[in-house]
Amino acid sequence: MDLVAAFTTALGLVAGFDAELLGIVRLSLLVSLSAVILAALVGLPLGAALALSRFPGRGAVVVLLNAFMGLPPVVVGLGVYILLSRAGPLGPLGLLFTPGAMILAQAVLVLPIIAALSRQVVADLWDEYGEQLRSLNARPWQVALTLLWDGRFSLVTAVLAGFGRAAAEVGAVMIVGGNIKGVTRTMTTAIALETSKGDLALALGLGLVLIAIIAAINGALFALGSWAKRSAG
Amino acid sequence: MLRRMVLAAALVLAFAPARAEDRFITIASTTSTEQSGLFNHLLPLFTQATGIGVRVVAVGTGQALKIGQQGDADALLVHDRAGEDKFVAEGSGFDRRDVMYNDFVMVGPKADPAKITGLKDATLAVSKIAAAKAPFASRGDDSGTHRAELRFWKAAGVDVKAAAGWYRELGQGMGPTLNTAAAMNAYVLADRGTWANFKNRQDLTIVVHGDKALFNPYGSILVDTKKRPADKAADAKIWHNWLTGLKGQAAIESFRINGEQVFFPQARQ
Repeated sequence: MDLVAAFTTALGLVAGFDAELLGIVRLSLLVSLSAVILAALVGLPLGAALALSRFPGRGAVVVLLNAFMGLPPVVVGLGVYILLSRAGPLGPLGLLFTPGAMILAQAVLVLPIIAALSRQVVADLWDEYGEQLRSLNARPWQVALTLLWDGRFSLVTAVLAGFGRAAAEVGAVMIVGGNIKGVTRTMTTAIALETSKGDLALALGLGLVLIAIIAAINGALFALGSWAKRSAG
Repeated sequence: MLRRMVLAAALVLAFAPARAEDRFITIASTTSTEQSGLFNHLLPLFTQATGIGVRVVAVGTGQALKIGQQGDADALLVHDRAGEDKFVAEGSGFDRRDVMYNDFVMVGPKADPAKITGLKDATLAVSKIAAAKAPFASRGDDSGTHRAELRFWKAAGVDVKAAAGWYRELGQGMGPTLNTAAAMNAYVLADRGTWANFKNRQDLTIVVHGDKALFNPYGSILVDTKKRPADKAADAKIWHNWLTGLKGQAAIESFRINGEQVFFPQARQ
């Protein structure tokens, strides 16, 4: 019965172009996409560097990075909260309970996923093309760029995995954003709120809308990817 | 290059904030005030009168006090007198004022295994629940409601830490606790506002209410101004005065959930 009500609610929400819902969707996308872009800018080079460099303790760093893919969002949220709190080291920035804080928290959450997966992609490519690149006398940064470009289709999946994590999590944004109506309320925190009000149909309806949005984004990237592959021959 | 810049500009425009509030304060408050819809009723009136936006972070009273202590909110609206007095005594905040009260209700299954329906004595009710070993869902989250519940067990001389099986500490907010209680047909102490607005009741109903000891007073406290930016402190003072003044009190008085009044203004003018 709740399932039927949820579908009806979801359809009503989408059809009605509810202004508040639109704001929430926009904020969710803004926060998660910004976090993923930020994490990719750091994570892709970091992953490539880790794949190509050799230093003592590298194995431990790789294991640690892989383990951080499983960082609990609440823990990340709490850590960022303590950093950004007025009483904390970054307090004067006044970022707590703003979208900026949420972007930071999600970027921290997503960074290990993108870095660890891209390290694997680049390491595999290095095994394949390492000899060739060595014989070309390429500089390390050139090697990294070449392999990142070669692995771009696999790396999109790594970035998408990061986006999925960011868009789905609630623990971190709840703590550092505070779920303030009209300011820091996202899809996931709104779902948590409606669940706690016992309005399960509305909560599930919002959940369906969220899943549809994530599916649409993945679909668009998939289409873009196949088009790029075709034109790349 | 140009195309990329246009794209970037379009992205920035699409994601520009929905409404720019240049003047706002942050309040840490409880889930009961947020989830009952009280803030949705009060805040537009306040913002219209003063031009100051209010951002509410709704958490348990224990966490709200912690947020205030850290200097992460300008004012608090909470309900745990002992905790509030400690907060003021330690210098984290000042000028604590009575704002309003609502009351707690004991909610339980219609079958009522502990036979407490209609009792006017909450302490007697909890001792009967303990005697019947009927399932009881506790917030267990150090919220104002949880702290109130623990006072009843203490008064009844029941040691819930030793209660095997029937006493379940959930560590959740009011809403999730009600959801869980509804699913396991347990007794639960709830604030009337959240209960009145709660939709997933299943077989639960109010069994005990009206005991004076169930009254639940809310206090407004200003956070130590040294911990906050100066302009915020001044605006928080305006909020504090409005809430406890004639206009704020009248706004609280006029709030209804499905025709029912659940918050009663209490500030001494």
